Amino acid sequence: MSYIAILITYIFISNFILVQFLGLCPFIGVSKSSESALGMGMAVTFVTSIASVVCWCAYQFILVPLSLTYLQTITFILVIAALVQLVEMIIRKISPPLYNALGIFLPLITTNCAVLGIAIINITEGYNLLESFFAGLAAGLGFTLAIVLMSNIRERLDMYPVRRAFKGVPIAFISAGLMALAFMAFDKSLLTNLHLV
Amino acid sequence: MANKHLHELTKGIFKENPTFIIMLGMCPTLGVTTQVVNALGMSAGVLFVLLCSNVMISLLKNVIPDSVRIPAYVVVIASFVTIVEMVMHAFVPSVYKALGVYLPLIVVNCIILGRAEAFANKNTVLDSALDAIGMSIGFTLALTLIALIREVFGAGTITLIPIGDWDGVVSIPGLRTWPVRIMTLAAGALLLMGYLKAFFGWYSEKKQKRG
Repeated sequence: MSYIAILITYIFISNFILVQFLGLCPFIGVSKSSESALGMGMAVTFVTSIASVVCWCAYQFILVPLSLTYLQTITFILVIAALVQLVEMIIRKISPPLYNALGIFLPLITTNCAVLGIAIINITEGYNLLESFFAGLAAGLGFTLAIVLMSNIRERLDMYPVRRAFKGVPIAFISAGLMALAFMAFDKSLLTNLHLV
Repeated sequence: MANKHLHELTKGIFKENPTFIIMLGMCPTLGVTTQVVNALGMSAGVLFVLLCSNVMISLLKNVIPDSVRIPAYVVVIASFVTIVEMVMHAFVPSVYKALGVYLPLIVVNCIILGRAEAFANKNTVLDSALDAIGMSIGFTLALTLIALIREVFGAGTITLIPIGDWDGVVSIPGLRTWPVRIMTLAAGALLLMGYLKAFFGWYSEKKQKRG
């Protein structure tokens, strides 16, 4: 697959939140204001891109030569946890403004399904190093797109009369369902029509 | 005293239902519920991992230093998930394939880490085990309910475990020929979750008012 095809696939066709349900917890939890949604989206994009590359290297250069591929899950979660910690420390040192923007979201990301999910998908799909990077980047961008759209919807929903039982999380899920309906318009034929496959 | 143990077991089933009330572990809940058999497979995996990790963490609670407890929990959980992966791959390859990426993702399922952090590291081994079983039953019921609704309306079938000659698929006349396709799709899962959550919120509020 070309890199553009990978980007389109993970941003639109199999959007991590709306199609694959990976990373739903922050999607519902952090989408109350558009500012924090954007921060969370950027933090996730940052970590998925780096984690894809690092996990791919750990798998190909450590686990495969030692034929320990069954330790994939343990290795990936440890690599991601260490990586998130490291990224947090580096950002705090070199860029305080960026740390202020992303800092509070970074610890939450370790247990975000999206990060471990993309690391595993990269291996099962058999991507090479650069393809993994683009898949990670696209997964993060797709997450950002969905969470920013969602937060804008929820900010407006606050001004409308919603029935008490539906207030908060239920209406958020229903809005997400309607968004997922819209995202169904993107399917595999999109890649064929754009002559990318 | 027996009452207290019973409470640890039953609280997960309705009052603190992990899916509908505390809203933990949403990703697998929506991802695997297209067929009843997948929901059951996922629940079995979660039951095993949650029970083992809760017992293990409750045994080790005095050994693990507080500052590194989260990484320690994650390693314990990941080891049990790897066991589940290998067992399922060997004995039920069809379920293993259907669960796909959601099976290793049990590691980051908030229910398991959440129970370890909120319950197992403060309570006795027996209570932790009971808590794990109760939570798993609540999770199983929620998953089965969602999967039943989605599969019955979306495909007109109920897929169970094949036994002998029977292929394990119950067909529902009418819906089999004209299914409501959206229920099996991603959008249907999110919509259904929203309505169910609203229903359970309304129901528990009504119950509280009365009690």
